[in-house]
Amino acid sequence: MFGRLTLEAFIHDPITMGAIVTPVIGGGALVFFILYKKGFKWVIEKLQWLWKEWLTSLDPKKIGVMYIVVALLMLLRGAADALMLRAQQALSAGDAHGILSSDTFQQVLTAHGTIMIFFVAMGLMFGIINLIVPLQIGSRDVAFPFLNSVSFWLFVAGMVLVNLSLVIGEIGATGWLAYPPLSGIKFSPGVGVDYWIWALQISGIGSLLSGINFLTTILKMRAPGMTFMKMPIFVHSVFASMVLVAFAFPILTATLGMLSLDRLLGMHFFTSELGGNPMMYINLIWAWGHPEVYILILPAFGIFSEIVPTFSRKKLFGYTSMVWAIGAIAFLSFIVWLHHFFTMGAGANVNAFFGIMTMVIGIPTGVKVFNWLFTMYRGRISLKSPMLWFLGFIVTFTLGGVAGVLMAVPAIDFQVHNSLFLVAHFHTMIVGGVVFGFFAGITYWFPKVFGFTLNERLGRYAAYCWIVGFVTAFGPLYVLGLMGATRRLDHYDASLGWQGLFIVAGVGVCIILLGVVFQILQFIVSIKQRKQHFDTTGDPWNGRTLEWATSSPPASYNFAVIPHVHTRDAFWEAKQKASKESSVHYEDIVLPRNSSNGVLIGIFAILLGFGIVWHMWWLAIIGFIGVIIVIITRSFQSDTEYTISAHDVAILEKRSTL
Amino acid sequence: MKELVKSLPDNRESSTALGFWIYLMTDCILFASLFATYAVLRNNTAGGPSSHELFELPFVLTETLLLLTSSLTCGFALLAGLRGHKKQVILWLVVTFALGASFLAMEITEFSKFINEGAGFDRSGFLSSFFTLVGTHGLHITVGLFWAALLGIQIAIQGINQVTSKRLFLFSLFWHFLDIVWIFIFTIVYLMGVL
Repeated sequence: MFGRLTLEAFIHDPITMGAIVTPVIGGGALVFFILYKKGFKWVIEKLQWLWKEWLTSLDPKKIGVMYIVVALLMLLRGAADALMLRAQQALSAGDAHGILSSDTFQQVLTAHGTIMIFFVAMGLMFGIINLIVPLQIGSRDVAFPFLNSVSFWLFVAGMVLVNLSLVIGEIGATGWLAYPPLSGIKFSPGVGVDYWIWALQISGIGSLLSGINFLTTILKMRAPGMTFMKMPIFVHSVFASMVLVAFAFPILTATLGMLSLDRLLGMHFFTSELGGNPMMYINLIWAWGHPEVYILILPAFGIFSEIVPTFSRKKLFGYTSMVWAIGAIAFLSFIVWLHHFFTMGAGANVNAFFGIMTMVIGIPTGVKVFNWLFTMYRGRISLKSPMLWFLGFIVTFTLGGVAGVLMAVPAIDFQVHNSLFLVAHFHTMIVGGVVFGFFAGITYWFPKVFGFTLNERLGRYAAYCWIVGFVTAFGPLYVLGLMGATRRLDHYDASLGWQGLFIVAGVGVCIILLGVVFQILQFIVSIKQRKQHFDTTGDPWNGRTLEWATSSPPASYNFAVIPHVHTRDAFWEAKQKASKESSVHYEDIVLPRNSSNGVLIGIFAILLGFGIVWHMWWLAIIGFIGVIIVIITRSFQSDTEYTISAHDVAILEKRSTL
Repeated sequence: MKELVKSLPDNRESSTALGFWIYLMTDCILFASLFATYAVLRNNTAGGPSSHELFELPFVLTETLLLLTSSLTCGFALLAGLRGHKKQVILWLVVTFALGASFLAMEITEFSKFINEGAGFDRSGFLSSFFTLVGTHGLHITVGLFWAALLGIQIAIQGINQVTSKRLFLFSLFWHFLDIVWIFIFTIVYLMGVL
């Protein structure tokens, strides 16, 4: 009946228990407090509102907000994991063994990596894309609104599974990419790797569907006149990123599928016996994994390419070269994957090719860095907090990039492979590049989505703490890596003299956490003081692209009249001309109705994943059939859209301009 | 004829068709990963049976002909759809379904024969990759069969309208795509495995 699931799955060591009990008690207390304060009826009404207005919504703006909320919650979980890892490494020298057992340490490490990449970075990215891409291309919706909701709920299903592993069972002690043969059934017989596989498989399919959706949206739904070379640069970056999603995520699906077949049916793809080949897994996972890094960083580049011109009061320097640089990076990202395992023994010529390709990728990236700098040159720079994030980014990212080119030399890579030098390098790219970019984007576009600007002072404090904390936390890791400290180390000899640097790194993480506290405060204070910071113009930063041409927040249909685009910075040009169209002609607008089917698919996907993880086959079958039935029901529904008449649009528009 | 074709939506231009094409290309990459794995593992028989000993070309050729014919009848269904002939569409869908189902039955027969001979998917790396590659194609065929059945029911109830004609078009894309994948499987797995 319950497959592998026994009561033992609920018993954990004290640290894990604490990690489970604290949020449960905290959440429970919060629920009781709200019930006590507001009463049962109020809560039910609010839940109904949440269901009707948000959870079942097919509006990409609302789906985008939900993505970001989930991702920020996961950021807290991932940051708590990071704190534990840093604490362990700071304390666990010589006779002291720190706070975590070896096995728990490895599990926390897996959880940290998996959650940060798949449920924080990807979530923030898809959130921002959902919010901004339709607005920037002058569209009312995405190409497939229902598919968009399915993607989001599959993302949530994966997130739920990865967090369930904390409460029921375990997560793999295999690192964030679960290399076999360690992740095979022989060496990891528990449920941990299965949780990892199915959380990623489900959310990965969601990402793939999103990729298809946004590719079609950008290709088919641009405003009239917006040719490819007139698209905002953020849209270009998203387009390239989504092309990578479409090319890379099927490889992940296939690879995870094969690993799962090894574990479930005793196949021999990646085992070390009966003709299996573990190196094939490592090749396949990086054929997805390296593009994945660029899937994340390209939209961050795009965000900075919007922010820098806006806050420098100049048009972007070298638009065309920027577009070609994005294309070149996207192309090259597929022919560098082997640099993740130079030490595997592919031979000198193969290593040389991949090493050179890796260095070549630095050229288009360098083009972008100089373009941003030249955009700022002789601009009227206003150092608002998005620009602070940019300054933090440009310094850390360039340094991290230099470290990357260094490691692209195979001979050097043999020295620093799997060391903390590498860990420091990719955190510089992911935190200093991706995360700073998404935070800048959130600050920049927040007023567009919610109608009021975020508190600037607290935003600055948060940016300062993150930048200073980041350098303090990861600077020492570069040094430690060169001193020989390997990654995933839960204990080391005191005589090595590493402890001081590990303690400094731990302090750095605390400074970052202070930045997180400032960010939470920033949201709370901004919501409380929103009346002083209402954005009545729809254009708080004197922006250049189409999203600023609508009201803040935009109406459900984004644009009452679809704009005609003549130049690159369409809105900037329109403001310069300031030609007031005397008679506006409104049309009927067709929008998709809300649908609960996306939520249902998410729930059944959780049952499916959970059933497979625990070998509860009846549950897996229920989940699978549930998903199929929901899809079939959806295909028989005909009344999936509603119309706002031209008359109503006119009334709504008049109200919003008053 | 031309007027009738014009009165139905030109599916090649729609977003759905483009989105579906992109999906098919992602599926193509999924198969490419499985092909690559097969290419790496095909000689790792670990002392078990090799492709020379297992595959029987006449049997596989029959399978291939069944599937290719089903692609032809699927094309007839699409043409009948463009002309708006509801009954013909359903008839050709039934024929397509029957041919696809016989293909699938033959594949299952082949699989169970291998497993009974002691050449199961857990015997060697070669057999794991063989069963997974061919099985994934078979799984797609199964999905296609369900889709064909569902589409037939939908057309029987709702007739040929914008929605159903679009779905018929997408189904035919899917079915032809599976045909192309099979041609690669036939060549790379079976022909190269025996010759």
